[in-house]
Amino acid sequence: MDWKRFGFIALIIIVLFGTVVMIGQVKQPPILIITSMLATTIAVATPLTLGALSGVYCERAGVVNIGIEGMMLTAAFFGWLGAIYMFNVFGRDAGLSIALGVFFAILSGLLMALLHAVLSITFKVDQIIGGTVINILAVGLTGFLNRQLFFGKGSVFGGSVPGSPGVLPTIHIPLTEIFTPICGASASCLQNLIAINRVFDQKPIAISAILLVFFSHYVLFNTRWGLRTRAVGEHPKAADTVGINVVKMRYLNVLIGGMFAGLAGAYFTIESVPSFEPLLTNGRGFISLAAMIFGNWTPIGAWAASLVFGASQALLINMQIFRDVIPPQWSFLQESYIVGLTPYILTMFILTGIIGKTTPPAADGVPYEK
Amino acid sequence: MTEANIVLEAKNITKQFPGVLANDRVNFDLRKGEIHALLGENGAGKSTLMNLIYGLHLPDKGEIFVNGKPIEIKSPNDSIAAGIGMVHQHFMLIPVFTVAENVMLGDEVTKRGSLDRATVAAKINEISKQYGLDVDPNALVGDLPVGLQQRVEIVKTLYRNAEIVILDEPTAVLTPQEAEDLFRIMHDLTARGVSIIFITHKLKEVLAVADRITVMRAGHVVNTVPPSETNEAQLANMMVGRQVILTVEKKDHQASGDILKVENLFVRDQRGLETIHNVSFTVRGGEILGIAGVQGNGQTELSEAITGLRAVQSGKVLIDEQDLTDKSPRFMTAAGLAHIPEDRQRHGLVLSYSVADNMALCDYYRPPFSNRGVIQQKALDENARNLISAFDVRTPSPFVNAGKLSGGNQQKVIVARELSRENVKLVIANQPTRGLDVGSIEYIHSEIIKMRDRGVAVLLISAELDEIMALSDRIVVMYRGQIVATVETKQATREQLGLWMAGAHVETA
Ligand SMILES: Nc1ncnc2c1ncn2[C@@H]1O[C@H](COP(=O)(O)OP(=O)(O)OP(=O)(O)O)[C@@H](O)[C@H]1O
Ligand SMILES: [Mg+2]
Repeated sequence: MDWKRFGFIALIIIVLFGTVVMIGQVKQPPILIITSMLATTIAVATPLTLGALSGVYCERAGVVNIGIEGMMLTAAFFGWLGAIYMFNVFGRDAGLSIALGVFFAILSGLLMALLHAVLSITFKVDQIIGGTVINILAVGLTGFLNRQLFFGKGSVFGGSVPGSPGVLPTIHIPLTEIFTPICGASASCLQNLIAINRVFDQKPIAISAILLVFFSHYVLFNTRWGLRTRAVGEHPKAADTVGINVVKMRYLNVLIGGMFAGLAGAYFTIESVPSFEPLLTNGRGFISLAAMIFGNWTPIGAWAASLVFGASQALLINMQIFRDVIPPQWSFLQESYIVGLTPYILTMFILTGIIGKTTPPAADGVPYEK
Repeated sequence: MTEANIVLEAKNITKQFPGVLANDRVNFDLRKGEIHALLGENGAGKSTLMNLIYGLHLPDKGEIFVNGKPIEIKSPNDSIAAGIGMVHQHFMLIPVFTVAENVMLGDEVTKRGSLDRATVAAKINEISKQYGLDVDPNALVGDLPVGLQQRVEIVKTLYRNAEIVILDEPTAVLTPQEAEDLFRIMHDLTARGVSIIFITHKLKEVLAVADRITVMRAGHVVNTVPPSETNEAQLANMMVGRQVILTVEKKDHQASGDILKVENLFVRDQRGLETIHNVSFTVRGGEILGIAGVQGNGQTELSEAITGLRAVQSGKVLIDEQDLTDKSPRFMTAAGLAHIPEDRQRHGLVLSYSVADNMALCDYYRPPFSNRGVIQQKALDENARNLISAFDVRTPSPFVNAGKLSGGNQQKVIVARELSRENVKLVIANQPTRGLDVGSIEYIHSEIIKMRDRGVAVLLISAELDEIMALSDRIVVMYRGQIVATVETKQATREQLGLWMAGAHVETA
């Protein structure tokens, strides 16, 4: 990732935040607007970040994965289902049920990834087709099971969704507290600190996503594993000649990618809202892919790009909150369907390569044959 | 000769590929500290034998002994562990990695889980010093010229403490100076007890550096001889199985009007440096103009600019009075340009396409290969069969992927395609015989001369001064992106050309 790209990302985020501050400041102090936008941005970016990381692992190893959307959807469903089963059928307590839900989500992401790996690495099926199979399978499977288990005649739960064990708890990261003494007795300073505090109230998956970004960056560029992963994605034959098992490296990275997509799925039904509906992921797996590309296949870059999408979602939400104070000359911002387009327009804009060309791994999508 | 001297022995090695028996009961041995040259026609099975020893492919039958002990080589891990290192015909380097990363890949040094680049760099520097193999461990491999990339490959084997080093056609891509350097390095290595298998098509080199020479033909070993008991003609005969004419025969040329005109050309390379400064020359119909020069003096950029692969900074390229500056390669091809590119795998072939498809790559959209936008498979096949037999391309069928052919046969596919096209007015041949065996070189040289005699203009770029002198009617010498001399071949001497290539003209002027 070059500085130009990061600069561009920073600029967009500033513009999005600035727009909301300018409009909303008649109602709320800027610091409150900014912190609430930041909180939303980070939350919305969480599944995108994890999805993009999933793509980074797969594609750095040379396997194109457009099945992230399907993996997320599957994981969202099975994570939720697992939590409910544990809670209602096996009578576990809520905390354990939720934790097991996350486990099931990751496991189902892993299994979908295993399918992708078998198709694309062992059977050398076109990887785009393999990914499409995953996406279609996920929609069908989750839709069908959702119906059969909860809504159909004679369904397991008798036509209603049983009570869920709830969602993952919010964790407060006590960073601002450290600065409290600096404020001394200044009331406004303390108020600002309390406002900033909101950003540091995050849920476990959101926090892990950020940690995983830096962890993955380190792994990819500073460890043996990363060097070998990139080697099989760039020039598998060269890796083979120095004794690296190309098939094994590719399999393992696709499986790791599946686990990341699984965790992204868990975000939807176990961290955000404890319910499932068909097609819940709503294209976010594909936006993850766009973030991965714009981030030039690097974890930190992909994260930065995910934040842009998060910020545009925050814009949408805030435009609804400040609907009545939008100045008449900006009235188009009242139309949520226009503002809602922002992430998609940004995606298209970003992928055109105006901000400089991105280069995928040289052997991305090419099956390895000796 | 004692048995203990033999560090590597391959016994009765047999390998069948779909449609080709690439190695047929091959026996081969290597003594400690020797340079054992392996010769053979394109497709004779040299690379295959080496790949089997190195564990990239598994033999169907046969045994391999290292230091007298039988070992089972199932993957390169086993051969590396047994002290075998290999520099492949097509380099196995990752362009986006640094030298240090490429060298350590597969045998990484880590410190608390982190790659220890500093230690590896220090080790590389040590190897560099010991064997005179200068490379910067922190340079990106993609930025290095081929000569240096090859050093990286050799460093890779030494880093793994290889005692047996296989060099598969290492000199094919080197300038004569770089080749001399390599021979010095090879001798340094053997002096330290390393044993080397050296594959090449250049008979002079073989006679100069080898301790023993083994010749292969069609998957068999023909013979093993010491260089003192043989000569070029005999080796060529053994390889090809017939008499080979090692000198080129040609009539005086009948030049007609100018076909290619290059006027005041300026070109930059990918880093934005100006590599061609104000170059002008013409090639007439029925004439072969040779461009002599040490590689890296702008020949690559010049041929790319003339063929539409690289943007021209300023200046003009005219073919038959038509201004074709910065036109697309397709346009140029249609205007009568045939191009044999320098890098066969990058610009010459689609490796994952069949031989037949590759042979129609320039004209697939025109009749007879296409009819109203539909590819005519029959015409493609027929064309391929004709070219395969005319140019003696060794392939099991026209339908195998070009990537499965031996290196020299890949080159023949390109040459066959380019020289057989209709309405060719100009041939730009950049290293046309790189990696070819003597028999094929003879044939391709005679084809190029036939083109000339038909009135086609030929621009020949070659790192082989012998090839330039044998084929060209006129020679220009390039030095640092400029033409520093033009001579009729009849008046040229090797010595004078060599001086110009080294920049003598510029220094004295
Ligand atoms: N991976 C492969 N799959 C199928 N056939 C192959 C493969 N590799 C080599 N061959 C075939 O085996 C034969 C021997 O090839 P090899 O590469 O060993 O020749 P070579 O002696 O190295 O020739 P050159 O001088 O042209 O490099 C050729 O006919 C080639 O087409
Ligand atoms: Mg070969």
